[in-house]
Amino acid sequence: MPTIVVEVMPKAELLDPQGKAVAAALARLGKTDFASVRIGKRFEITVDEVTDAVLDEVRELAESMLSNSVIEDVVNISVAEPEGHVFVAGSVAAGETH
Amino acid sequence: MRIGVITFPGSLDDRDAQRAIRLAGAEPVALWHGSHDLDGVDALVLPGGFSYGDYLRCGAIASFSPIMAEVIDAADKGMPVLGICNGFQMLAEAHLLDGGLVRNDHGNFVCRDQVLAVENTSTAWSNLFRQGQQITIPLKNGEGGFIASAETVNRLEGDGRVVFRYVDVNPNGSINDIAGITNERGNVVGLMPHPEHAVEEGFGPDTALAMRNGTDGLTFFASVIEQALVR
Repeated sequence: MPTIVVEVMPKAELLDPQGKAVAAALARLGKTDFASVRIGKRFEITVDEVTDAVLDEVRELAESMLSNSVIEDVVNISVAEPEGHVFVAGSVAAGETH
Repeated sequence: MRIGVITFPGSLDDRDAQRAIRLAGAEPVALWHGSHDLDGVDALVLPGGFSYGDYLRCGAIASFSPIMAEVIDAADKGMPVLGICNGFQMLAEAHLLDGGLVRNDHGNFVCRDQVLAVENTSTAWSNLFRQGQQITIPLKNGEGGFIASAETVNRLEGDGRVVFRYVDVNPNGSINDIAGITNERGNVVGLMPHPEHAVEEGFGPDTALAMRNGTDGLTFFASVIEQALVR
C-alpha cells in the first residue's frame, strides 16, 4: 500500500536538547567530524490510494495536528513508492524549511 | 461552587486537584476526557500528568479529546479554566493560550520547590494574591520551557498577560522566565508549576517556618471561588 511520509523538525532557531545530547555523546566517542545533530519526526501514513484529496488532507493535518507551528516546521511531505521516494512537487509547507 | 477536573489517559494529578478544590471550599467534580458533558460545572481544571505518554507532543493528543470541544466553547464564553503542567500544554495545543512548551533546555527532568512572582492579580485564578507577591509551589516537568515568537512574547508582556514568573532560578529555559500566562479575557490561565501540591500544611513545600507547610497553592482555588461569589 502506498505510504505518505510527513517529516517534522523543531524550528531551527530553537534549541534541540535531544539533538544536543546526541551530539555530546558523539563527541565523547571521539567522533569529531560531526558539528551538530538535530532530531525530528517522521510520520508514515498508509493509505489505500494516493489522491489529490488525500494529499490535501495530509497537508492540512501536517500543519494542524502532526506539527505545532509554534515550535516545529513541516519540512517535507512525500509519497513513498516501493522503488524509493518520489517527492510530490509543491508539497512542502509554506514557511521556513531546513 | 462546582469545579470540574478532567481526567485524561495518563493524568497523574487529577485526584490532587480534586483535593485542592475541596480544601479551598468548593465541590470537585470528576470529568472524563471521552465525554462531551461538563456536568454543569462553574470552572475547570486540566490537571498535570503525562497524557498519552507525551506522544506526538506533550498535551497534543489530549487537546483533540472529545471533551475539549466543550472546554474550548466554555472558555470562549468566559468560564474559568486552569491548566496545570500537562494541562497548560493542552491549553497551548488547543490554542486557548499563546506559545508552546518544549523540552527543558538542560535536557533533564526537574523537580523542585519553585519561587514565583505573581504579576497579574486580575485573572480568575490569581485575584487573591497581592501584585508582586512571591509564592512557593512545587515544579516538576521535563518539557516546561515556554516559548513563543518574539511578537507574541512582546504582546503577552505588553498586555500584562504574564501571570507568574520564575524567581531566582529559571528551571527549564522559559523565555523571559515565564512560568504562567493568561488569555486576553483573564479566565484561562496555564502554568507549569503545581499549585495543587501546596494546599495543606504537612504536605506542601518547605517554608521558613516549618518543613512542608507551604500552602500558597490554595490561593489559586480560593481566587476562582471568590470571583464566583462577587460576580
